[in-house]
Amino acid sequence: MNMTVRKLHEGAPAAAAPAVPAAVVALPAPKRAPAGEKLLAYCKMVAANVIPPLLVILFLVALWEMLCSAPGASLPPPSAIIKNSWELIADPFYDRGGLDKGLFWHILASLQRVAVGYSLAAVVGVALGTLIGQSTWAMRGLDPLFQVLRTVPPLAWLPLSLAAFRDGQPAAVFVIFITAIWPIIINTAVGIRNIPQDYRNVAAVLRLNPIEFFLKIMIPAAAPYIFTGLRIGIGLSWLAIIAAEMLIGGVGIGFFIWDAWNSSLIGDIIVALIYVGIVGFVLDRIIAAVGAFVTRGTAAS
Amino acid sequence: MGAYLKLDHIDKTFTRGSASTNVLKEVTLDIEKGEYVSIIGHSGCGKSTLLNIVAGLTGASAGGVILDGREVNSPGPDRAVVFQNHSLLPWLTVYENVRLAVDKVFSGTRSKAERHSWTLHNLDLVQMGHAKDKRPSEISGGMKQRVGIARALAMEPKVLLLDEPFGALDALTRAHLQDSVMQIHAALGNTILMITHDVDEAVLLSDRIVMMTNGPSARIGEVLEVKLARPRKRLDLVTNATYLKAREAVLKFLHERHRFVEAA
Ligand SMILES: Nc1ncnc2c1ncn2[C@@H]1O[C@H](COP(=O)(O)OP(=O)(O)OP(=O)(O)O)[C@@H](O)[C@H]1O
Ligand SMILES: [Mg+2]
Repeated sequence: MNMTVRKLHEGAPAAAAPAVPAAVVALPAPKRAPAGEKLLAYCKMVAANVIPPLLVILFLVALWEMLCSAPGASLPPPSAIIKNSWELIADPFYDRGGLDKGLFWHILASLQRVAVGYSLAAVVGVALGTLIGQSTWAMRGLDPLFQVLRTVPPLAWLPLSLAAFRDGQPAAVFVIFITAIWPIIINTAVGIRNIPQDYRNVAAVLRLNPIEFFLKIMIPAAAPYIFTGLRIGIGLSWLAIIAAEMLIGGVGIGFFIWDAWNSSLIGDIIVALIYVGIVGFVLDRIIAAVGAFVTRGTAAS
Repeated sequence: MGAYLKLDHIDKTFTRGSASTNVLKEVTLDIEKGEYVSIIGHSGCGKSTLLNIVAGLTGASAGGVILDGREVNSPGPDRAVVFQNHSLLPWLTVYENVRLAVDKVFSGTRSKAERHSWTLHNLDLVQMGHAKDKRPSEISGGMKQRVGIARALAMEPKVLLLDEPFGALDALTRAHLQDSVMQIHAALGNTILMITHDVDEAVLLSDRIVMMTNGPSARIGEVLEVKLARPRKRLDLVTNATYLKAREAVLKFLHERHRFVEAA
């Protein structure tokens, strides 16, 4: 009998709290010494990640300079772009009224449209996705429709949208909305359909009401899928806004590019493209980061 | 006055398209308040189905469940379930998992501070207070199962339903959890219905062992009363005649039934 008690109690700390003694003994000793080393290692890691792309970019720019410096080249070399478009590069914040603004203002206008259209798409998309993920009937009814509509190219919606709203601004927002919503709906629906029966059982035993079930089980359980959809959606939104703005005009990076083309300012176009690329990249990373933060527990198991 | 928990002539037939399988047939069982009853039977005989019917997660085709004088046919916190694979919500911490249940069950009757301390109390009961801020992915299988038990206990259920709660654990952890469950049962006097595959576990923990025949159309084959005094000590029982006899009876039942199916 004593044996039992002792054995089980020996088993207990070993099974229940192996980390505690180990952490206390191991951590303080090596903690102080390698503070500098740690920084060095960190710098090395950063260098390893930054230097290769930097070298590649330098090489490509040099190549571009060489190829486009020849007389009669149709595109300007980097040196000419820097010279001719210097104001655009150096001061993104100037504003001389009308459309004569720095790139920051154009990007901001585009981002505002994306923000409105994309937010609407996110809310409606998650709601519709939940509906068709949860209800077999809704899925059977809506899925074929969605599968067809999602293949319609974003710009094909623009004329219809303009006809409906009679104004460029809401029409552009609608194009963003309709472009971003499909991947959000479809991924959310898949996520909801994949919620393990166990979680549904837990909810049933606890008698969660539909709203609690939606907020506390469905959304967190489907979050990894939802964020996949949101990430695809933001990329598509950014693609669509540039094209839509070229057609609707006004302040916005898309029209800026179109305008530069009409004025034969090829250098300006290239500078704007770099901005567009960077902003698209940042948008993608923001959604990815939010997703990683929100789903930190879910994905691990 | 009937029993505290009464399974009354439960039949279950699953129908998929034109094919239908009769899983349970005429299952009748009375369980007293504070009793610890185990259900044992071969894999696939319908033990989980029976437990899910009691939990209200699956509907019976015929018959019903009466708990404390009332028929129950939908799930609820008065019949808390500890699932085989713990089924903690991975996006919540250990504390939040239990707290979700506590908030849901006691939102109208207890203050926020009371619910907080009740959550901690139940985590301490299963010795998981130290890991309350960890997520399920950061703790071991045995610890997850402890949290699952804490969550179920925290609902103050009338019956605790355990579906092979220790099935996925190694022998040492399993023994430790069995001891924990015995202590909790001794202290709180819960009414417990547990499914198990493990003959020793059934004999060690139960007041009665319900042995089910093989499916399809599984019935209750025999009910064995385990007349061992509590508290029970694992090592004492190794040589205890009553224990050995009970163990033999269950093994014989399972063995004979098993052979019967192979011959058929
Ligand atoms: N939803 C369902 N639809 C159709 N058949 C089912 C369903 N659920 C269970 N069954 C069948 O019912 C029978 C009993 O299943 P159950 O899960 O209750 O067995 P079990 O005794 O718990 O087995 P194990 O010990 O392996 O957990 C099995 O033959 C299974 O195929
Ligand atoms: Mg089972």
